[in-house]
Amino acid sequence: MANKPIVDFEALKNNLSNVSKPIQVLNEKAEITDQEVFDSFSDDDLVEFMKKMVWERALHEQTMNFSRQGRMGFYAPTEGEEASEMGTVLAMKKNDYLLPAYRDVPQLIQHGATVTQAYLWSRGHVAGNKFEARSMMPQIIIGAAYDEAAGVAMGLKKNGEDAIAFTYTGDGGTSQGDSYEGMNFAGAFKVPALFIVQNNGFAISTPRAKQTSAPTLAQKAVAAGIPSIQVDGMDILACYAVAKAAREYITAGNGPVMIETLTYRFGAHSSAGDDPKRYRTKAEEQPWFDKDPLIRLRKVLEDKGLWSEEQEDKLVDEYKASFKEAIKEADAVPEDKVSDMLKRTFEIPTPEMKKEIAKFEAKESK
Amino acid sequence: MAKKTYIQAITDALDIVLEDDPKTLIFGEDVGKNGGVFRTTQGLQEKYGENRVFDTPLAESGILGLATGLGLTGWRPIPEIQFMGFSLEAVDQIIGQEARMRFRFDGLKTAPVTIRTPYGGGTHTAEMHADNLENIFASTPGLRVVMPSNPYDAKGLLISSVENNDPVLFMENLKLYRSMKDDIPDGKYTVPLDKANVAREGNDITIVAYGAEVNEALKVADDLAKKNISVEVIDLRTVSPIDTDTIFKSIEKTHKVVIVQEAQKIAGVGAQVASAIAEDAVLSLDAPIGRVAAPNSVYPFALGEDIWIPRAKEIEEKVNEILNY
Ligand SMILES: Cc1ncc(C[n+]2csc(CCOP(=O)(O)OP(=O)(O)O)c2C)c(N)n1
Ligand SMILES: [Mg+2]
Repeated sequence: MANKPIVDFEALKNNLSNVSKPIQVLNEKAEITDQEVFDSFSDDDLVEFMKKMVWERALHEQTMNFSRQGRMGFYAPTEGEEASEMGTVLAMKKNDYLLPAYRDVPQLIQHGATVTQAYLWSRGHVAGNKFEARSMMPQIIIGAAYDEAAGVAMGLKKNGEDAIAFTYTGDGGTSQGDSYEGMNFAGAFKVPALFIVQNNGFAISTPRAKQTSAPTLAQKAVAAGIPSIQVDGMDILACYAVAKAAREYITAGNGPVMIETLTYRFGAHSSAGDDPKRYRTKAEEQPWFDKDPLIRLRKVLEDKGLWSEEQEDKLVDEYKASFKEAIKEADAVPEDKVSDMLKRTFEIPTPEMKKEIAKFEAKESK
Repeated sequence: MAKKTYIQAITDALDIVLEDDPKTLIFGEDVGKNGGVFRTTQGLQEKYGENRVFDTPLAESGILGLATGLGLTGWRPIPEIQFMGFSLEAVDQIIGQEARMRFRFDGLKTAPVTIRTPYGGGTHTAEMHADNLENIFASTPGLRVVMPSNPYDAKGLLISSVENNDPVLFMENLKLYRSMKDDIPDGKYTVPLDKANVAREGNDITIVAYGAEVNEALKVADDLAKKNISVEVIDLRTVSPIDTDTIFKSIEKTHKVVIVQEAQKIAGVGAQVASAIAEDAVLSLDAPIGRVAAPNSVYPFALGEDIWIPRAKEIEEKVNEILNY
């Protein structure tokens, strides 16, 4: 017998770690690492990117404030993920279809829902979902959006539209079978879908390392025959440039793409009492706080004389004032009615339901 | 008019909805070139092309997710789940997503999806192919569950299901697929999705049944007619919703009822019917409610079915017991 094994599995495994570096345009010291891409942005573009991130940070802060005051239902904090969320969503066109996860409320608002609607959604009020925007409501079931994105993308293709499906999940979400099924269907049918994985390091308390032995999450697309890439998720210029390039590739009829953004959730998992101190240390968090996507773009803008602290403070005040208006509007929306809940369960109420509706209407009219 | 099997009646209905509405799409495992493992979609890909009738990768959640997404973008999907046992792989898309769509969006977005799937005992299939799982789905708000007992209803109910703008689970009975033939009118006709059928009129006792058990109940009615006992047989046709008015009207006349199902007795459709009667029509009865259902064990597949599924014999015994109460 030969000593050499028929297959060197260890070498095959080690090969899996040969992946290209995450795409980056600006590093955490605000140094330009890709001049050509950087130069493709005008000063106005750079300011616009900054404004979007400042807006998202302000939305997060004000909304968490409302949450502490007991004025919100479930809401997922987004601090730290501004580059990943705004960078990718800014590459969307109005006709594109969004399938967001629960942490992607800022993208849903960018795509056309109002802040008032987002607040009503959080409260479980149906008025929160009555946006005209082409989007699902934030998906609570992890993995479901990926399956649905394949269907939306197929529908858009069959309609002959110049539009694609954009969908999001997290690092934990990539472990769901549905995430693979959705990507695999999209690949098999060559439909226009962009799958975005926001790898923020944790699924509630479970660290990324415990989700999979795959060296990158981007690799999970490989088995479905889909091109994929890791991006510095704290660099909005990289996130935008990659999402935009992916959209162009997809709309040219090449089928789906997957992007993994490397980002970090600065705070708690949700508004419902998660405490990160239970599963990570300050020392582990600090390097990520240093990568804050706002810090690096702010520095570039200030160096160019395009941005100042006063300007930012003024913007934050304006944004927060608008969120206070939005929650007032949400407060003014009349409470839902049980009879209406019954009525919107089926288009044609069942005979049993007609009786139930009449019963509740009689109660409600008292 | 032509004599057609249950399968042929379904193919006929699918042909009609593909022809009538260019937004309808049929897809699933092996439904294209192969025409489905039961040939239910035979010839449809040839006639309507691969854009309308197509095979999918082998993943039920993916298939139903495809349907949800297609529904959101203006299409009218008719996915097939090859055997109902496999629907458990797709429970989130059916119950967690499609059934809730109208409610979530107050009708701005909907899931006009008709899920076709074969189920039902008596053909000695492999495990998880024949289980009667209607109870799981019939308890889901926003979803209709249709269980035709004969070829004529299968065609008319399927056309109604596809035309309905809400999700419908259309359960096709494996045992009936090739064992029954009806005169099927050519062209389009519909059977309503909220109306039970009085399959046989009678005065002495009411049997409420659905799916293959309707035919067993009719055998019992024939047999008892020879002894001058007049049995009324109600075919529910849809187990969500359940047409209680037709049941109440019948028991007002007969004062006796036996409820029959092929599924296990626990927490199922028969229990729902019994509870509706107990709540709103109990004074019509002069005997306890009789129930015939499968034992509450795990479904025994293949030959195990033969000693397990209740059929005409068990129904007749129960009917006699209630008549002699
Ligand atoms: C199917 C499903 N399983 C479990 C949960 C509960 N849950 C909500 S968020 C979460 C962690 C998700 O982590 P990840 O995908 O990384 O997204 P992130 O919250 O970090 O944005 C879990 C387990 C759920 N919502 N859906
Ligand atoms: Mg995560």
